[in-house]
Amino acid sequence: MSEQTNKGALQRFLEASPDSTGKTLFVAVALCLFASMIVSAAAVALRPTQEINKLKDKQINILQVAGLYEPGVDVTEAFSASFEPRVLELATGRFTDEFDIATFDDRASADDPATSIALEDDPASIGRQSKYMTVYLLKDDAGAIDKVILPLHGYGLWSTLYGFIAVEENANDIFGLQFYSHAETPGLGAEVDNPRWKALWNGKRLTDDAGALQITVAKTAPAAGKEFHVDALSGATLTSVGVDNLVRFWMGETGYAPFLANLKAGDI
Amino acid sequence: MSQTRREMLLDPLVDNNPITLQVLGICSALAVTSSLKVALVMTIAVTLVTAFSSMFISVLRNQIPSSIRIIVQMVIIASLVILVDQVLKAYAFEISKTLSVFVGLIITNCIVMGRAEAFAMKNPPMASFIDGIGNGLGYGLILMLVGFFRELFGSGSLFGVTILETVNNGGWYVPNGMLLLPPSAFFIIGLLIWAFRTWKPDQVEEREHKIQVVEAH
Repeated sequence: MSEQTNKGALQRFLEASPDSTGKTLFVAVALCLFASMIVSAAAVALRPTQEINKLKDKQINILQVAGLYEPGVDVTEAFSASFEPRVLELATGRFTDEFDIATFDDRASADDPATSIALEDDPASIGRQSKYMTVYLLKDDAGAIDKVILPLHGYGLWSTLYGFIAVEENANDIFGLQFYSHAETPGLGAEVDNPRWKALWNGKRLTDDAGALQITVAKTAPAAGKEFHVDALSGATLTSVGVDNLVRFWMGETGYAPFLANLKAGDI
Repeated sequence: MSQTRREMLLDPLVDNNPITLQVLGICSALAVTSSLKVALVMTIAVTLVTAFSSMFISVLRNQIPSSIRIIVQMVIIASLVILVDQVLKAYAFEISKTLSVFVGLIITNCIVMGRAEAFAMKNPPMASFIDGIGNGLGYGLILMLVGFFRELFGSGSLFGVTILETVNNGGWYVPNGMLLLPPSAFFIIGLLIWAFRTWKPDQVEEREHKIQVVEAH
């Protein structure tokens, strides 16, 4: 008896049966508190590095689609030296200074009812479309626009494909198309990442001389001509249809057509 | 302790392999073995999580109330998995993009839970840690073997380095597309189990049912 009173409170607690109600509650609460502290500390401490990674990944993709990426270059530097990001209002095809370019997020904007519209005619299966998109202008040494990099996305077979299309300054010739995020079938739909397929986009044209949108991803070349045709991926019909839909949607009237018209007229 | 530390580390590689003998952790073995690089990162992640969760659970083993022990184990494992996920996102972004949801699913990997419940609850921390490393490596060995076949014959490369030039890139090798899809890992794991049990007949389980011969009347 005297021995027990000599023991400290902590030791008595440790020797108590773990199955008592009090101790069960204590262990549960203490462990949860401790674990949540560890997890939140890690999340907060690592967030800046993670944000930088995400931004860098996007910048690498923009550099790649514009044909400027070389392994080993300082991505941030190469990006800020070449590109001027602007927020574009899709309906008017004009840049807007309503938002801060550093914090504007296309995806968050698409979820916000104030800055997006619910699509009724929705071939790209994206549900809501943001009224504003961040576009990237590539300028030559003289300061004139060389290419514009436009973000686009839409549903393929399993997943939403997010990518960029690079269009030349004449607002009609495609320089390149690239997806940076998707979950299509490896070996089939995921061949959208194959450099040989991506190279097919180079030099294709969006619209014919009359201004009608003609670009298509299909098995056979359309009547309009080969310069509007990108060969579909074999074994990946639904992914190809998805890419066809999303490119035609974003290049159409509800997408970047007003902006491209302004660009063609040299009026931006 | 009947086992030496060395045995604890090496036993799970072949003799008591979590995948081929215990047939645990198959789900993630299907998902992450289409390329070796991803399989390697997954191996490291699972090994670390198994080792540290076993160690922490073992430290607390005398204090864990038996009525909520599984939940306590899950909380420890889940916290470690989130930690691994956050670190990967910060320092290995490309790979974390490929692994995506599967890092989170380490929580449900039966190997981690199995070692916590079967070993760490009854053994001291250091032994539990080594046991965790051993089982992680046993899991990793199979992952690397499966990944080797799937990447070599599915994409013609190893660790992303082209070995067999594929037709898509202008070479001669027609890749076996099935090997890039998860079900192919079933076949390879099945063949590996067959090979292991032919090599070590002790691993063959006793038949649960015997086919009875009906006597002719």
